Amino acid sequence: MAEPVIPDFGEASDCVAENRLFCTDWVRENWDPVLQPALVEHIKLTVIAVGLGFVLSLVAALLAHRFRHVERPVAFLSAVIYTIPSLALFQLLVPVTGLTVTTVEIALVGYTLLILFRNNLAGLRSTPPEVLEAARGMGLTSNQTLWRVELPLALPAIVAGLRIAVVSTIALATVAAFVVSEGLGGPILGALRLDFRTEIIAAGALAVGLAILADALLVLAQRAVTPWASARRVT
Amino acid sequence: MIAAALDVFVDSLQFIVDERDLLLEKTLEHIVLSGAALLVSIAIAVPLGLALGHLHRGSFVAVNVANVGRALPTLVVIAVGFIFLGIGFTTVMLALVVLAVPPILTNAYVAVDEVDRDAVEAARGMGMTPSQVLWRVELPLALPLLFVGIRTAAVFVVATATIAAIAGGSGLGEILVNQAAYDVEGLVGAAICVSLLALAADAALGVLQRWLTPAGLKEELPAFEPDVRPVV
Repeated sequence: MAEPVIPDFGEASDCVAENRLFCTDWVRENWDPVLQPALVEHIKLTVIAVGLGFVLSLVAALLAHRFRHVERPVAFLSAVIYTIPSLALFQLLVPVTGLTVTTVEIALVGYTLLILFRNNLAGLRSTPPEVLEAARGMGLTSNQTLWRVELPLALPAIVAGLRIAVVSTIALATVAAFVVSEGLGGPILGALRLDFRTEIIAAGALAVGLAILADALLVLAQRAVTPWASARRVT
Repeated sequence: MIAAALDVFVDSLQFIVDERDLLLEKTLEHIVLSGAALLVSIAIAVPLGLALGHLHRGSFVAVNVANVGRALPTLVVIAVGFIFLGIGFTTVMLALVVLAVPPILTNAYVAVDEVDRDAVEAARGMGMTPSQVLWRVELPLALPLLFVGIRTAAVFVVATATIAAIAGGSGLGEILVNQAAYDVEGLVGAAICVSLLALAADAALGVLQRWLTPAGLKEELPAFEPDVRPVV
């Protein structure tokens, strides 16, 4: 006997068949094959994008801190990228890097630059003049001043920037699904095309939950690395 | 790879030239949809933000609404709207308004709340009524920051409207989400148009912002300050 031509998709529960608002049985069954991989991919997309964006923007901010004329071109360029709609930027990159994760990551990194660069630079510039004076008076070189005085004092602003970047990248990464089937946007977009409510709500809730959780974790991290600034918040 | 990519860009420019009527029509639809959503959002968020800022009340809500807005992925808002309202103009409008209100509200609130208390005190000392204080002192001084929020929301709405096409929105997004009907040239061509539209909207509102700002504040005007905008 040959294999049946029509593949066996199994039986849908009544809830799924009637497309009710939220079917817990579907979520339980599809957590392992669908939702969990998408969630992990989403976290990966975000971590890589914010990580790369942070390194680039920190280097740019350090350069702009030392050489003032660096600031304007970097700020202008990152502002232009920031203004381009994400779906358009993804499509603009497709001819260059194809329908790949690289395309998505380049765009996601691009969107973090403005926020991170501005916050990093604002943080570096927030050191009070008298503190710099004291550092020089203690005989610190400019490198030592940077590492031991300016960077630690910039931390609240830097972490504040990271919070915005992480939360907006998590939200933005859902749009990546238009280009490559990665992250929580995949199930949302697929379910949207099939009009399947449970999957939309489950994947959507995961994306929002992930953003809230990440933000909360960064607040804790911020408190941990800047115990002296617990009462003050820099945005 | 670079040569092939260049070919695509040349072809997409050709697409823009060949399909200029289609693109012009879609661009106009895009502008109408974005403009309508922006006006509704302004009508909701500006009065509320001004009132709360004037009374110095509700700071927690007014400031955090932007944070919540940032955590809401556009695609999720559109998809959830689709579940409850189906495909159509209402869904898209509502999704755009939900996403555009937070940055406008937060900026309007902060703008009025942070107006120099001495200026407000002086105005009161001159015998101005609370509404005169709001209209003649707080509002002019708040305009630059208020406009930052509107500008932010405008760029945001133009971007969101592209994704909204998936739930029946009109405009350039119809081309961008329809990979089956348009080749990569068409997608890139539409992407170029929508990017230019977003940059133009930002620049136009920047000019308006500069024009509406009282002379005394012009020097402190930020060049580009999109800090509460959630990216789309």
